[in-house]
Order: sequence, then structure tokens, then C-alpha cells
Amino acid sequence: MLEVKNLHVQVDDKEILKGMNITVAPGEVHSIMGPNGSGKSTLAQVLAGKEAYEVTEGEVTFQGKDLLDLEPEERACEGIFLAFQYPVEIPGVANTYLLREALNAKREYRDEKPLKHVEFGKLAREKMKALGIDEDLLKRSVNTGFSGGEKKRNEIFQMQILEPTLAVLDETDSGLDIDALKIVANGVNSMRDSGRSFIVITHYQRLLNYIVPDFVHVMVDGKIVRSGGKELAHELEEKGYAGF
Amino acid sequence: MSVDLEKLAQEEYKYGFVTDVEQEIAPKGLNEDIIRMISSKKNEPEWLLEWRLGAYERWKKMKEPRWAFLRYPEIDFNDISYYAAPKSNPRPKSLDEIDPEIKETYDKLGIPLEEQKMLAGVAVDAVFDSVSVFTTFKEKLAEEGVIFCSISEAVEEYPDFVRKYLGSVVPRGDNFYAALNSAVFTDGSFVYIPKGVRCPMELSTYFRINAENTGQFERTLIIAEEGSYVSYLEGCTAPQRDQNQLHAAVVELIAHNDATIKYSTIQNWYPGDKQGKGGIYNFVTKRGRCVGRSSRISWTQVETGSAITWKYPSCVLEGDNSVGEFYSVALTNRCQQADTGTKMVHVGKNTSSTIISKGISAGEGQNVYRGLVEIGKNAEKARNYTQCDSMLIGDRCGAHTFPYIEVRNSTAHMEHEASTSKIGEDQMFYCRQRGLSAEDAVSLIVNGFCKEVFKELPFEFAVEAEKLLSVSLEGSVG
Repeated sequence: MLEVKNLHVQVDDKEILKGMNITVAPGEVHSIMGPNGSGKSTLAQVLAGKEAYEVTEGEVTFQGKDLLDLEPEERACEGIFLAFQYPVEIPGVANTYLLREALNAKREYRDEKPLKHVEFGKLAREKMKALGIDEDLLKRSVNTGFSGGEKKRNEIFQMQILEPTLAVLDETDSGLDIDALKIVANGVNSMRDSGRSFIVITHYQRLLNYIVPDFVHVMVDGKIVRSGGKELAHELEEKGYAGF
Repeated sequence: MSVDLEKLAQEEYKYGFVTDVEQEIAPKGLNEDIIRMISSKKNEPEWLLEWRLGAYERWKKMKEPRWAFLRYPEIDFNDISYYAAPKSNPRPKSLDEIDPEIKETYDKLGIPLEEQKMLAGVAVDAVFDSVSVFTTFKEKLAEEGVIFCSISEAVEEYPDFVRKYLGSVVPRGDNFYAALNSAVFTDGSFVYIPKGVRCPMELSTYFRINAENTGQFERTLIIAEEGSYVSYLEGCTAPQRDQNQLHAAVVELIAHNDATIKYSTIQNWYPGDKQGKGGIYNFVTKRGRCVGRSSRISWTQVETGSAITWKYPSCVLEGDNSVGEFYSVALTNRCQQADTGTKMVHVGKNTSSTIISKGISAGEGQNVYRGLVEIGKNAEKARNYTQCDSMLIGDRCGAHTFPYIEVRNSTAHMEHEASTSKIGEDQMFYCRQRGLSAEDAVSLIVNGFCKEVFKELPFEFAVEAEKLLSVSLEGSVG
């Protein structure tokens, strides 16, 4: 599904990713762990198409397409979703409005009819109920005045509505209490199936008790230095990143 | 935001067509004869002619104001024609008597003059260049005692009202453009709401400039008697032409005890092309007097058109407990310049005012908020809340804020908030990551930014305003 080969990325002339490789097959959950500044979030942003990041070398293919050739919105419509580490506030724009526009943009891309207000409302309420999120989140402006936990839950809610093929969760667990963490994890687990993949970026092993990954990768200084199964996360929790 | 959207910058101004209709156009230039001609065309009484000539005398001695943050070449006031009117029936009694070309013009503009086709609950006065061509729903309004007609008709039919109130809010020598307007004003709307009447429909005037090399100088007068309510809306468009055209209007509002006037504007005059050629010069004086206690005047404006906008809808809060409000969205794209804001003059006790201004600059647009809040020495416990937010799209535009506050009473309570933001790359990226195109993302973010103002517009027009903003923004990302 996703293949990243020898990816080199720089920001403001500083190289952040220095030959990154990762292959994600359909249905797999990969976790990327690593110390601050190792380039984890950069990878997430590059996959989503953030323009400030310059790819100097390497390639990324997603479902057979050259991902780097696509605009951010095309990547989204192709099925890539990024749960942001810091979801931005958009004052005056109702959460429900953005999300309906987004879903309909995606549907249009696939030559499907747009969802009407009523249909969308029904879908949104179902998902919220399943996630245990308060409905009033729909009417509020996008992330505006949301608590840290609300912002993260909103990302998961959006993911549920948009049903991506590949979801990248960028430190979605940071700053969450245990209840919120469970909501996030349930949101992810309920979507796991043979056709959908996840890349879960995190500092802590804690999240991985709830979202059990197929693979764990350790990222240090812009590349993956070790890969293994879920037990690798436990090892990291014990020993830290000092050994890498 | 480096998406290639330059092609969208060429987006046509939708209302730029010209109506081919036989018109009577006065020779260019301004002098007493022209003023006499306008006055006689309109069968005006002697006092009004004298009033016009007096305004002209004052105007001749005045200097064109240049204090605004606007750059434009000197206007040759003798190179403008001050009167243009379709030759057909000047005051049709029914739709059948209207020149079909003119009727079609309004259809094209989305303002059908047939009452059954109109938005339910909106009465329209259609002003074409210098004259009002038709007013809808007059009879229905008359049942409630509401007068809604062109100002020329009011001069003939209701001279006492006109004589009493004309110039009572904006005196003829108030400023350069108001004096010019007082000398040569041609048409506009007149509204009178009797005591205790809540006007049963939205009233609106649609101003259309069609003729070449003419100026439009309309004058609107709205009087709300004790305990009455009216919501009035004006819309404006003009053909696409290479020459700049002048529009200098005066609007006067009078609210008596417990009366409310809500005045909304959607201004979409031709803004000029990408290089800044052509477009309307819009110099407008709008002012309302809250003469009665607990009266309220609320201005809402969405300014997306014109090459130059010079406009400060104001409230003079004379009555105790009176309320003034100003909600504004001003968008400048391409080479447009806007210097706009408000004046809130607090005279009575417990008066309060609210100012919410949203300026959006894109392309090479320059956007100025200029506001004055003045608390008089007898205005005990006056309150003002001002919020001006500016948003910049791209790096060639500008936003400027000039708030003036003058307080002469120590019991006043003033709040002022201001912000300037660049449309966030992060906001754009977030929306695009969710699947929205760059232009849809800009439109969504800007509409969100203006939400507080749009919610003040009558519902049908709020939808229009959002669409208009999106169209005006096209090509702003690139």
C-alpha cells in the first residue's frame, strides 16, 4: 500500500529525514517511536503533502501512485488521513461544515453523489455516539476553544467519517488522560480491517497497550534504526532510546 | 499556498454587462444650469432648487478630501455627466410600462421585478443610473401606512417629510462629497414607517450604474417613527468599463423613540480589472441619528466591489439609552483600495455602540479601518465595544487600522480589540489535508472569519454575501 524508499527531506536547508525506508501492507498497523527531533512528525507531514518540507531524494508510492506528485487534497481524496499533533483552530467555521465539505470533496473525487445535510447529520451522530463524543462538538467552530483532549478526539471523529485507507496518527496520545486515550484507541480499533492501514507515531508505549501494532519501528536521527514486533515497544519503555 | 490558481484571477465580474437602452444624458460638466436642469426634470419645488444651488455654492469652495489612505488620480468633475435616464416611461404604473431591456437587466442581476418572482417578503426599489425605474409591493406596504418610493416621487407626493428631514442628518455642507451629492442628487429611495408599525417586509434598493461617463448620486432617506421597525437592504452593481466612474451617495436615517432601523449593504460595484484599470470610485456619506430614547440604528455592510471605497456609516446617539451598531466586512482584492469604518457619536446618557469590522486584503488590495468613537461630556455611562480584525492573504496586500477615541465623560466604558492575521498556512493545510481544494479552503476560512458580521444580515442575503465573498476571493491564492 505504502512504500517509502530512501526518503531525504529538508526544511530550511536542514536535513531532517536522512534515508527513511518503510513499507506498509494493507491491514497493517505500524508504530513509529523515537526521541524528540528524530523526524517522526516530519514523516507524517511529508506524507500529507506539507509544502515547507522539501524532498531532496527518494520516493514514496501509495497504491501504485507517486504520492509526491499529488497535491495535499488529492492525497486526502486518495485515502490518506493525518490526525494532526496540533489540530488548528478555524474560528467561525462549524466543525460539521468543514467535515461535510471534506467528505463531499472526497465523494466528488470518486464520482459519488454528495451527502445531503440530513444524511450527513445522521452519519455524524452515529459515529459520535459510538465514540462517546458530545454532539455539541459538531456545532462548535473547528477546534476553537477545544481542550487538548477534545481536539484529539475530534481528529479521530473526522477519521471515522472520512474512512481513509491509510491513517497517520501523529502523537495523538500526547496529553490525553486514560479515558480519552481509550476513546482514541477504540476509534482506531473499530476501523481496523484488512484493507486499511495505520501508522501510529508515539513517544510512549502506553498507547500501544490499546492499539496493538503489527510492527514497531525505532526512528533516530532521520531514519529507522530498528524494527520489530510489538515487544520492541516494551523494550524501549524499559531501556529508553539511549542505546540507539 | 503555492498552488497554481493564477488562472482564476481572471474570473469575470459577473455583472459587467451593459444594457443597450436609449438614454437621455446630460452634457458633461457641473454648473448651475445642469443643477437647474436636474431640478426641473424632476418637477421640483423652488425650495429644493435653492437648496441644491446652496449646496453647489458651498461645494465650489471646498477641497476634495485627501486624508484617507487612498491613492487615485485627481477627479475631473467637469468630465462627468450628472444625469442619465432611460428615455422610456419615467414613472411606470405597472411592469408592462417598463422598457423590456431594463426589466431584463434586473432579471439578469437576479432581481426580477415581478412580485411573484421576488424573494418572498422583500420589496424592491430599482434605481437605474439617475432614476428609479420601479418600486414593488407599494400597495401592500401602503396598507400598513409604510411609504416606500423613490425620493423624486417623495418630493412630489410627500414634500413636507422631505423638507423636514432632507439634510437634517447630513447637512448639505457636511463634506465635499455630501455637498456634491446635495447639489446634483438624482434619485434614491424614501422610506417612512409610521408610529408603532413593524414593516412587514424587507425593503431594498438595487442600484445599477449603466451609462458611460456618468456619475451616480443617489440620496436615501429613511424615517422610523416611534416604536417602529424596518430592515432595509441595498445592493449595487455596474458594468465593466475601462474608465473610472464616480458614485457619491448620501444616506440619512432618523430613528425616533424606541424605533429600530437596520440598514444592510451588499456593495459589489465593478472593482476594476487585474491591473487596476477601471472600476467605481465610491465616496459615500451614510449617517443615522438616533434622536429618540431607546432607539437603535444598525449598519451592516459587505463591501466587495469598487476600485476605491471611502465610506463611514455613522450613528449619532442623541436619545438616552440609544444604540448604534456597525458590522462590516470589507474585502479588497487585485488593486482595490478601501478606507472604511464608522463614527459613533455618543451624546445621550446610557448610550451604547458596537463596532465589529473585518477587513480582508488579498492580491495588491489595501484595506483601512478608520473609526471614531466620541463620548460627549453629557453622555453618562456610555459604552462602546470595538473589535477590528484584519486578515491578509498573500504578501503584496496591506491592512491598516486607524481607531480614534475621544472621551469627555469619565463614566464611559470603552473596550477595543484588534487583531491582524495572515491567513494561516496551517489552517490551509489542515483543510486541504481533509480534502478541500485550496480555493475552497480560503473561502471557508474567510467566511468563518466574517461569521460575526454575516449573522447580522437578513438570511437570504447572508447566503448571497457568502457566495459573493467566495467569488471575489477567487484568484487570491497563487
